[in-house]
Amino acid sequence: MSDWSRIAPQLADATGETLYMVAVSAALTVLLGIPLGVLLTVTAPDGLAPRRWTNRVLGLLVNLGRSLPFIILLVLVAPVTRGLVGTTIGSTAAIVPLTIGAVPFLARLVETSLREVSHGKVEAALAMGARRRQVVRTVLLPEALPSLVAGVTVTVVALISYSAMAGAIGGGGLGDFAIRFGYQQFRTDITLLTVVLLLVVVQALQFGGDTWARRLARR
Amino acid sequence: MIELNRVRKVFPGRRDAAEVVALDGVDLTVPAGDFAGVVGPSGSGKSTLIRLVNLLERPTSGSVAVAGRVLTDLPADQVRQARSSIGMVFQHFELMDSRTAAENVEHPLELTGVGRAERRRRSAELLDLVGLAERAGARPRQLSGGQKQRVAIARALAARPQVLLCDEATSALDQASTTGVLELLRRVRDELGLTVLLITHEMAVVKAVCDSAVLLEAGRVVDGGRLDDVLTRDDSPLAAALLPAPIADDRVAGTLLRVTVTETAPEAAVLRVLVGQLGLAVEVAGGSVETVAGGRHGRLLLRITDGDLSGLDTALQQLRAEGSKVERVAA
Ligand SMILES: Nc1ncnc2c1ncn2[C@@H]1O[C@H](COP(=O)(O)OP(=O)(O)O)[C@@H](O)[C@H]1O
Ligand SMILES: [Mg+2]
Repeated sequence: MSDWSRIAPQLADATGETLYMVAVSAALTVLLGIPLGVLLTVTAPDGLAPRRWTNRVLGLLVNLGRSLPFIILLVLVAPVTRGLVGTTIGSTAAIVPLTIGAVPFLARLVETSLREVSHGKVEAALAMGARRRQVVRTVLLPEALPSLVAGVTVTVVALISYSAMAGAIGGGGLGDFAIRFGYQQFRTDITLLTVVLLLVVVQALQFGGDTWARRLARR
Repeated sequence: MIELNRVRKVFPGRRDAAEVVALDGVDLTVPAGDFAGVVGPSGSGKSTLIRLVNLLERPTSGSVAVAGRVLTDLPADQVRQARSSIGMVFQHFELMDSRTAAENVEHPLELTGVGRAERRRRSAELLDLVGLAERAGARPRQLSGGQKQRVAIARALAARPQVLLCDEATSALDQASTTGVLELLRRVRDELGLTVLLITHEMAVVKAVCDSAVLLEAGRVVDGGRLDDVLTRDDSPLAAALLPAPIADDRVAGTLLRVTVTETAPEAAVLRVLVGQLGLAVEVAGGSVETVAGGRHGRLLLRITDGDLSGLDTALQQLRAEGSKVERVAA
């Protein structure tokens, strides 16, 4: 155990990298995924503003994003990453594929949440003279909020697991750390420690998300 | 105030389902200040009809006018403006769970950009009007069905509409809440001078609150008029639906008479002749008399249990000549 003093700072760095990648990509995913989910919902044939072809194209893109294994996506979006970040290597570069992978995932969850808002409430707002964007802002989103929070939680947890693969492009993070120090150096204790650390992060997130969603739903 | 002109609504068939003619040439006029009802069996097109009034549903053909404006001719943004002056309440209340009672009442005002202070003032005033001032901070889930509908009524009135549409507003409520909500609707109509259009499948609701009503069957208006008028017409299907005639079958033996009771033709005249003049023994075999639209109306089945029937037919003729609605049931 003499090497702990050598490993501990690296472990701290790796944790920092994971949190950085997940936090930034989660923020971007929420920023992009919720509007995309709203678009999917309102352009649907039974939606507020049916747009057949827009809906089909968006649906196809979302399905494509969701069906690609993350490791493939990582490679495929490399040109985009270079364009946006200037490099395809490192934690910041990893944020691009992470976000691109998570946005379609969250968008579908958002769509499901918004669909659960009863049509009657939407009609009530329309009967008051609401514009479509007012229906989205004052009915769909607030009424679906508990379910949206749950969806965002699931997405962030998924981001943590995706981020473990960021090591493949030099993104660092806990996944990369577990492979380099645990797996490749036959240190099962380090692998286990990393797993426990990830579990703690995921549990904390899930617990926080569940509590928040429950509190919102009890309103 | 509300005028539907030759309105047809056809829902296109989906896949192998045939198209549905929900409304088949409906004319309907509701004068300002009237409390009008639309009754009919389930599937007769009532909901479709009321949803046409604020164009939640567009007619396939025909026109819809409210407060002198032909809504079916207006562009979308003006339809939206017109909607904010037509309040609507629903069977399942449709309150937002994410909002308190007061915030629900403020919702329509938010949409038209009314400032916060004014919204607060207005929602307090309206919750007071519907008797829920002390529940302003409650969430819908903390309210009973009757209370939810009161909040929904307050919300519908927030933007000071001239017209209030009620789609089966009491159908999800128990008897006591129904009575309370109907009384409230009547009261706000009187106090605010609203025009109310209410649809229901319950005849009791029409009898309790409406001034006038139409009977809808399979997408057509088959009968209608002011209730006090409709109920005096023997051949009116709406009157028959509102006050069903008692059944005269072989379980009630003997000489039977049908009497239609109205404000101008009370049963007293008939009884005076039968009992007082002819000395017959008479009992009520069935039927009821109720106060509807401010007058006594009903259908009675009388049975003559004893006495000399020889003068009966002449006496009945005389009664009818004097305005009574009485006839002998063929044996
Ligand atoms: N959106 C719709 N699409 C297809 N058919 C409909 C739709 N809404 C109503 N209908 C049909 O129109 C008819 C009248 O329905 P509705 O107005 O709801 O009747 P009511 O309210 O009297 O029960 C029914 O046959 C119903 O199935
Ligand atoms: Mg209905």
